[in-house]
Amino acid sequence: MIFKKIRGVEMNLQVELLEKDSVQYFKVVGEIDAFTAPILKERLEPMQKVKGLQAAIDLSNVDYIDSTGLGVFVGFYKALKQNEGHMKITGVNARLKRLFEITGLDDIMDIEAEEGGDGDATV
Amino acid sequence: MQPYDYIELKVPAKAQYIGVARLTISGLASRLGFSYDEIEDLKIASSEAVTNAVQHAYQDEESGEVIVGCALFEDKIEIMIADHGQSFDFEETKKLVGPYNDQEEGQFLREGGLGLYLMETLMDEVKVYHEEGVTVFMTKYLGGERVDNDVETISS
Repeated sequence: MIFKKIRGVEMNLQVELLEKDSVQYFKVVGEIDAFTAPILKERLEPMQKVKGLQAAIDLSNVDYIDSTGLGVFVGFYKALKQNEGHMKITGVNARLKRLFEITGLDDIMDIEAEEGGDGDATV
Repeated sequence: MQPYDYIELKVPAKAQYIGVARLTISGLASRLGFSYDEIEDLKIASSEAVTNAVQHAYQDEESGEVIVGCALFEDKIEIMIADHGQSFDFEETKKLVGPYNDQEEGQFLREGGLGLYLMETLMDEVKVYHEEGVTVFMTKYLGGERVDNDVETISS
């Protein structure tokens, strides 16, 4: 876990890495913006040179992403593709799904929505 | 002229304050009665603008400030984000901003990649004024379903 401490408030993004059946599972928890995106990048980058890396990124505990976060995934996706690997994004809620759709990234990337439908309590 | 409440926030041009600006705008939008989805749109669009401002300020000098001005109308929110750190006369600056179509301005904003595209997609109107820094002016109208003020819409 990597924390960034700002004036006593823990503004953090956690990235846990677990290997199972030769797939690298990244569990991301928190918000991804220009402040926290470097943390995510730091965790992903060391893995991206691995030949044929199979990566699954779980975003079920991420409720906010902006272009900075998307940029990190784009970079990781490109690197993996170049090294014959594959990146799958799982657990995106309705909001995140929309963001991947309007940016057209859902056409390029392997994205799986959150289990159990939209799972997003839109008021 | 329509009456409106005006709220201004000045933060250091540092990435850790982008979230603070986002939360402030989320809170104000919630007050106006924007829906959950509209608030999420506002959060992303304003973050994109503040992120641009922070990154731009970093290029120029080490310690800049970003101003976020929000005008709350009955039927819309107007957000102005400037990277040059000086408080603006909201009405005067508003007259200066024009539709973004100038190559130069577009190019600056496009450096960030998807940022401008998201602002334009998620807001009803986006204008840019480029002189002594960049000022982004965005509008979102109240539309769709309204939420009760008591409902917890400020999710993060």
